[in-house]
Amino acid sequence: MNKDLNLLLAGFGGQGVLFAGKVIAYSGLLEGKEISWLPSYGPEMRGGTANCSVCISDKPIGSPLVVTPNVFIAMNLPSFDRFINDVQPGGTVLVDSYLISKKVERDDVKAFYIPASRLAEENGLKGGANIILLGKLFRECQFCSEEILDQALQKCIPPSKMHLLDNNRKAIRIGMEYEG
Amino acid sequence: MKGNEALAEAAIQAGCRHFFGYPITPQTELAAYMSKRMPKIGGTYLQAESEIAAINMVLGAASAGMRAMTSSSSPGISLKTEGISYIAGSDLPALIINVQRGGPGLGGIQPSQADYWQATKATGHGDFQLLVFAPSTVQEMVDLVADAFDLADQYRMPAMILADGMLGQMMEPVEIRSSSDRKPIEKPWATNGHQGKRKHNVVNSLYLKAPDLEALVRERFQRYEEIKKTQQRAEEYLVEDADYVVVAYGASARVSRSAVNAAREKGIKAGLIRPITLWPFPQDAIKRATQHVKGFLTVEMSMGQMVDDVRLAVNGVKPVEFYGRTGGVIPTPAEVLGAIENLMGGAK
Repeated sequence: MNKDLNLLLAGFGGQGVLFAGKVIAYSGLLEGKEISWLPSYGPEMRGGTANCSVCISDKPIGSPLVVTPNVFIAMNLPSFDRFINDVQPGGTVLVDSYLISKKVERDDVKAFYIPASRLAEENGLKGGANIILLGKLFRECQFCSEEILDQALQKCIPPSKMHLLDNNRKAIRIGMEYEG
Repeated sequence: MKGNEALAEAAIQAGCRHFFGYPITPQTELAAYMSKRMPKIGGTYLQAESEIAAINMVLGAASAGMRAMTSSSSPGISLKTEGISYIAGSDLPALIINVQRGGPGLGGIQPSQADYWQATKATGHGDFQLLVFAPSTVQEMVDLVADAFDLADQYRMPAMILADGMLGQMMEPVEIRSSSDRKPIEKPWATNGHQGKRKHNVVNSLYLKAPDLEALVRERFQRYEEIKKTQQRAEEYLVEDADYVVVAYGASARVSRSAVNAAREKGIKAGLIRPITLWPFPQDAIKRATQHVKGFLTVEMSMGQMVDDVRLAVNGVKPVEFYGRTGGVIPTPAEVLGAIENLMGGAK
C-alpha cells in the first residue's frame, strides 16, 4: 500500500465491525505507520448500526473521523445506504452481498461483492464474516504483509478467546481466496 | 490503547493511587481500567454514590498529601464543581479529568468542547483558577497527566485535563513512561498525622474574617500571575509564514490540522496555533502571530467560547472569525477549509 488508508467499516452491532477495524489498525502499527481507530459509541450499539474509522498513514493523523473513506466495508443495508455516496472517487467498496442485495450504482469506485455471512456459515465460522471481509480487503489493498496481519490478529484476540485464532486465520484465507 | 485507558494508566504511572469516580459515558473506560488496576497495586478504586461524593473523597485524600483524582464527563463535572471550589479554596493539588460530551443539561454523549467556559472561567464559585490542559492525541493525554499532577503539587491547586469523547474513545499508539524517575514533591502541609512531632496542620476553606480571606485570595492570585508568565503552552504549526492562522485545541485542532494541510496544498498560507494549556491561555503565541497574520479563525466544537480569549489576545488588531459545530457534531476538514476561505474573503 503506498497511499493513506482512510477506512470506514460499518454494520450492525455484534458483527465485529470494531474488532476487524482494530486488527487493521494494529497491522498499521506493527508496520511502523501512524494509525488511529475511532469507534462510533453509545446508543447506536444496541442492535443498531455500529461503525469505526481507521486511518493508516506515513504522516501524523489529523482528524481520526473518516468522513470520505477511500475504503468502505459495508456489512448491512442501512450502513451501505448511509455511506456509499461519501466514498472518495477511485475508492474501494467491499459489500457483504449475502446481507445487502443492492449493487453500487456509482462507476467511479471499485466494488467487490462477497457473500461473507454465507461463507462464514458454510465453513462453520459463525460470526466470522467480518474477518472474511478483512481477508478480501487484505488481498485488494495490501495494507500490510501477511505475516504482520497474522501478528495483529494474535495481538487483538483476547487471551480468553485465543482458541478461536485458527478460525480467524481460516476466515482470512477464505476472504483472500474468494473470487468476485 | 483507548484514550480513556491511557489517561488512567498514565495517572498510575504518575504515582496516583487514589481514584474516586462515578460512571458516565464517554469516560467510563477510565474508571473501568482503574477498577482493575488499582487493587493490584495497592491503590484505592472507589465508585462513589455520586459525583459530589467522589470529588469530596478527592478533597480528603489530597488533604492527606496523596495524589488523588476523579474523572467524569460534562454533566458529572457540573456536579463536582462545588467540591472543586473547595479544593481550590483549601490550596490542595488534585487532578480532575473531563471527557466532554454535548450539553447543556444531560445533552448527548457525542464529543463536544462546550465546557471551555466552565473549565477556564467558572468551575465553581469564588475567585479561583484551575490549571487546564487540552491534549489532542492519546500520547499527549499521557504526557499531560504527569505534568498536571506535578504542576498541581508545585502550585498547590487543582488541575484539569479537558478532553472530549473523541479523544477518550479513539485508539492510537502510545508510550507510557515508567514513574520510577519522578521524585515526589514534599508536602509539609499535609494532614497525615503528626504523632506529636510537629504542630498539627489544618486544611480549610472557611475564613470568616474578610481581611484574612482577602489576603489568602491575593496570595493565590500572585501564584496565578507567576503561572501565567511561566506555564503557557501552545503548539505552533506552519505559523511562521502564515497569512491566516487557525486557533483550535483538542479534537477540533486535529480536524483543523487536516484543513490547514489541505489549504497549503491549494497554495493558501495557513497555519495552526494549538493551545495546550487553556488556563493559562497561551496569549503570547497569539500576540506574536498578530504581527504578520492577516486574520485568525477559531474552530471549536461549541458555539464559540475560546474565541473570547483569542479576541482578548488579538485585542482588535486583526480580524478574528469563528467556526464551530456543537451538540456532539464533529466538524469536517472540508468545512474548516471553507471557513478559512471565507476568512480570506473578509480579511483583505
